[in-house]
Amino acid sequence: MKRTNRIFTILIFIFLYIPMAVLIVASFNTGKDLTEFDSFTFRQYTRLFQDRTLLKLLGNSLLLSVLASGIATVFGTIASVGIYGLKPRMRRAVMNLTNIPMTNPEIVTGVSLSLLFVFVGTRLLGQRNSLTFWTLLIAHITFNLPYVILNVMPKLNQLDPALTDAAMDLGCTPIQSFFKVTLHEIMPGIISGAIMAFTMSLDDFVISYFVSGMDFITLPVEIYTYVKKPIQPKVYAMFTLLFLMILALMIAMNILQARSEKKKAASHAAQV
Amino acid sequence: MSKELIRLQDLTMEFDGERILDGINLYINDHEFLTLLGPSGCGKTTTLRIIGGFLSPTSGKVLFDGKCINEEPAYKRQINTVFQRYALFPHLDVFDNVAFGLRVAKLPKAEIQERVQHMLGVVGLKGYETRRTDALSGGQQQRVAIARALVNRPKVLLLDEPLGALDLRLRKDMQNELKRIQQAMGITFIYVTHDQEEALGMSDTVVVMDKGRIQQIGRPEDIYNEPKNAFVADFIGESNILDGVMLEDYKVRFFGRVFACVDKGFAPNEPVDVVIRPEDIDIVPPSEGHLVGSVTSVTFKGLNYDIIVEFRGFKWLIQTTDYHGVGENIGIRLNPEDIHIMHKSEYSGMFGDYSSYSAEYDELTEDAGNEEE
Repeated sequence: MKRTNRIFTILIFIFLYIPMAVLIVASFNTGKDLTEFDSFTFRQYTRLFQDRTLLKLLGNSLLLSVLASGIATVFGTIASVGIYGLKPRMRRAVMNLTNIPMTNPEIVTGVSLSLLFVFVGTRLLGQRNSLTFWTLLIAHITFNLPYVILNVMPKLNQLDPALTDAAMDLGCTPIQSFFKVTLHEIMPGIISGAIMAFTMSLDDFVISYFVSGMDFITLPVEIYTYVKKPIQPKVYAMFTLLFLMILALMIAMNILQARSEKKKAASHAAQV
Repeated sequence: MSKELIRLQDLTMEFDGERILDGINLYINDHEFLTLLGPSGCGKTTTLRIIGGFLSPTSGKVLFDGKCINEEPAYKRQINTVFQRYALFPHLDVFDNVAFGLRVAKLPKAEIQERVQHMLGVVGLKGYETRRTDALSGGQQQRVAIARALVNRPKVLLLDEPLGALDLRLRKDMQNELKRIQQAMGITFIYVTHDQEEALGMSDTVVVMDKGRIQQIGRPEDIYNEPKNAFVADFIGESNILDGVMLEDYKVRFFGRVFACVDKGFAPNEPVDVVIRPEDIDIVPPSEGHLVGSVTSVTFKGLNYDIIVEFRGFKWLIQTTDYHGVGENIGIRLNPEDIHIMHKSEYSGMFGDYSSYSAEYDELTEDAGNEEE
């Protein structure tokens, strides 16, 4: 039984990671053909870093993701604190409302946002080009928000309410007690929310496709247009780098989580 | 006694239509160690939270130094709190926890350093400055919580069941410790507990609460020796409570016999509750007793035996150092000062009957309970 379990686990990991492995191998391949590995080279990586357009797109994507996830994290955290302060019944209703956009098909979100932006832009503001970097940013912040709230909320629920009482008892105004105490306690949730938002933003195609204009294109949107022409091997190199970057982020997040759990276990042990 | 510091006037508190506090009137003197004592749900913690500024009363006033502080938020009051489960800040070490209030007040660094060090000395935690709070034992966390509150030199320290999470031994040590700290700092302590032993052992004044109302205020000795009603008599220590009739001053009749007592000021033939503490009863040979009964159960308690003795169908708890076996007939004598008389109250008949010690008298207690309703 134990052995079959182990074999299954290994099989699942192979299925999950083999595509990435193929991609990584391909990024080091001298040959043009994916089906055979000629010899090892870094050439695709040098080419990648010489390709200004590709780098520009990557830069666009990173800029957008950092901005969108950063802003969403701030707003999401503030929103979570507000929701936490509501009466239980109201809180549940609002949480449901924030969760719905996450389950909504992205294409629906994308089209509806696009309609909204075009309507507001052309009808109300009289712009000719209503889809810009800003609409893209607003869209990304919008779909990132629920993920931040989803990560911050549990931390707030775990928070010992006596801690904020204690802070106020010791002279903090409510705002001070948030920054001096609450924020520290919910920080792991904020960080994991931010990381999640960042990765969601970075690889989003569907929503971005509908709300971006000609002046600012992200990497995923551009890559999808490649479907019509063969993908250049340097793109493999870029994907490999992206994969490694996300991997590093995820590992960082896990370490963070493990550390906070260890802390909790330690405090629990001390109480017993 | 020193001057009055806090006064609660007609305090009432309602949560969702439920009345938690029902007209609390109380004054607390400077330098006093006052304990709010009562079972869970009696409103003692609510009262404390109102004084601390974490709740505002539905009606009534909180006066501090003669000034109404109802509208003053917690962070402006010269009152600090030791919370039930300490509520130490997990992201700060011991020193930073204690320094928290002083830093918020933006005191000079040197002064913070000095006051924190001094306070850590007072609570016996010198050398623990850089420890994480979650690496401390319960008793040590407790001391940090006390230091964190006292370092701000409050006029009043509120303590919400601070010893509840500690084991028995540590609790006893901390009781002495708290009393010592209170006397050393010379400030007012308002202490909340459901543990009568803690209350009697530490306090200058005990306030017994039940159902959102104050049942009795007094010195520990008075509360124990002169309980005002059956609830107080039963909650503080053990009591046998019987129905009696006060014939005239110093004369009470119960069990068909007239006893001399030390109480007066009742109406002639007023029905009363009679309290007899289990440790006050003298056991004598049956021939010499005022009352004669038979032992129905014996429990060894270490210091003494708790024996249940049946007198005419009514069971008494008697504490004695001499062993008396089940079935033995014994006599008891009651001296006038062993008998305490109380006016009848809403609690009459609810407490002080030890019949439930024995299974066959379950019916009897149930009847007694029904009568009350």
